[in-house]
Amino acid sequence: MAIKVVERRPLTLAERSYLPQILAGLKVTWDNMVRPPVTLQYPDERPAIPQNYRGVPTLVMDPNGREKCVSCQLCEFVCPPKAIRITPGEIAPDAPNAHVEKAPQEFEINMLRCIYCGLCQEVCPEEAIWLQSQYSMTGTNREMMVNNKARLYELGGTLPDGHHKWDKKKQEAERQAQEGH
Amino acid sequence: MEAFLRDLLLNTAWYFTAARGLILILIVMTIAGYSVLLERKASAWIQGRIGPNRTNHPLIAWIPGLGNFLMKGGFIQPAADGLKFLFKEDALPGHVRKTYYVLAPIVALAPALIVLIMLPFGKLPTGEAISLTQGADVGVLFMFAVSSLGVYGIALAGWSANSKFPFLGAVRGSAQLISYELAMGLSVLTVFLATSGPGQDHGLSLVAIVDAQTGAWNILYHPVAALVFLISIFAETNRHPFDMPESETDLVGGFHTEYGAFKFGLFFVAEYGHMVIGSSLFILMFLGGWHVLPWVPTVGSGAVASLLGVAAFFAKLCFFLFFFVWVRWTIPRFRYDQVMRIGWRVLLPVAILNLLVYFLYYALTGAR
Repeated sequence: MAIKVVERRPLTLAERSYLPQILAGLKVTWDNMVRPPVTLQYPDERPAIPQNYRGVPTLVMDPNGREKCVSCQLCEFVCPPKAIRITPGEIAPDAPNAHVEKAPQEFEINMLRCIYCGLCQEVCPEEAIWLQSQYSMTGTNREMMVNNKARLYELGGTLPDGHHKWDKKKQEAERQAQEGH
Repeated sequence: MEAFLRDLLLNTAWYFTAARGLILILIVMTIAGYSVLLERKASAWIQGRIGPNRTNHPLIAWIPGLGNFLMKGGFIQPAADGLKFLFKEDALPGHVRKTYYVLAPIVALAPALIVLIMLPFGKLPTGEAISLTQGADVGVLFMFAVSSLGVYGIALAGWSANSKFPFLGAVRGSAQLISYELAMGLSVLTVFLATSGPGQDHGLSLVAIVDAQTGAWNILYHPVAALVFLISIFAETNRHPFDMPESETDLVGGFHTEYGAFKFGLFFVAEYGHMVIGSSLFILMFLGGWHVLPWVPTVGSGAVASLLGVAAFFAKLCFFLFFFVWVRWTIPRFRYDQVMRIGWRVLLPVAILNLLVYFLYYALTGAR
């Protein structure tokens, strides 16, 4: 491969005087100045949150309005900063979704500990815990930063779900009972 | 003593003087405040931001349209900034030399105020120069002498703070000011050589030099002197790229590291006061002062011409204050040795050569 020798020419007088460079710099800053600002006026304007954003972890319900969490406590065990505390509870035998058997009696996520890693969402077998689009958690005392079950469902809402896992299980159980197994 | 006090109380002329002084200080503080606003706004625009646009007062917000405009433009911000400086705790560090520590901001601000009241910025229809004091037609030498006294404030602040970074800042600042004073003086001399040589009796008067620029402005006849002077006023006012005394990156805060609250505010006002002085001197000597355009000294006649002249001067001044900010956000700070090299090995020889060339030209041709 041929070697190309780049000639290093000495600086011209204009270059050494530094003045043309300053003028060029002034033009650059002027161009920047007449460009519209990129500032987002935060409390007035909110940023567009992309899908799959991992914000505050929330609990969701399935399209039938049933709480999805079955209090298996996997998220509690996997949570690296130990932000989740679940008190498991039974579902009453006469409830419409008694076949699910278990639901959390209380579910607390301490947002002072949460590191938004998303491991709880990843580990959840029921797809009940989701990191959603809320990015701003504020409170004036420590208690306000602990999300209890009611608040978690309020934040989470209902997510579309095509699985209908527990409905199918119930139908299957009823079919089998009819066929006399 | 008693007679003196009675005289002081009964002689109303004192009250007028005091009131005038207070008004002057208010004007200077306001100019400084709005220069800070300009600095913040312009830096924001250059960096693609918006700048201060939140501060407002309920009474002003209540005015329809205008209230919102004032808030968006940040026009209430200087009041908030000033009040903050005024109401902060004025801490006196234990390790400082107290007398000089308190004295330094005053020494920094006083020369700026003295020169500001002397500056002519227009002409009355009667032909008298307009300035904040009567009989202000003093020579440019007085202005330079007093305005460079401001360096004592910096030196005193750095020394009395009894701490190494302010001290380094003060030493740098004094060295820089002394170095650039020479080139500045020589460039000014070139201009005065041309406009007020022997045979003319107005000497080193600033009003006379503006009068001499009814045709072409001096910047066209003396481009090199104008350039040297421009660079020198950047150095003299300690603005970027020459802000050696307070280079935040290497000297924490420079000479005013140990200062806070209103004392720091005074240094701030002094800096902007010096910016106004430097720009005004440049405008008076090179940009035709209160003349509207080259070859168009006045528009209209009588009082209208006077008002338009003052307006022209302030328009130029505003442009210059903006130019200071514009340059600040364009060029990085020079290293200290580069500052010294530019001052002594570039600007000073250029200024001397420039002076010599004009001197020989006038001597040989007799032209003016």
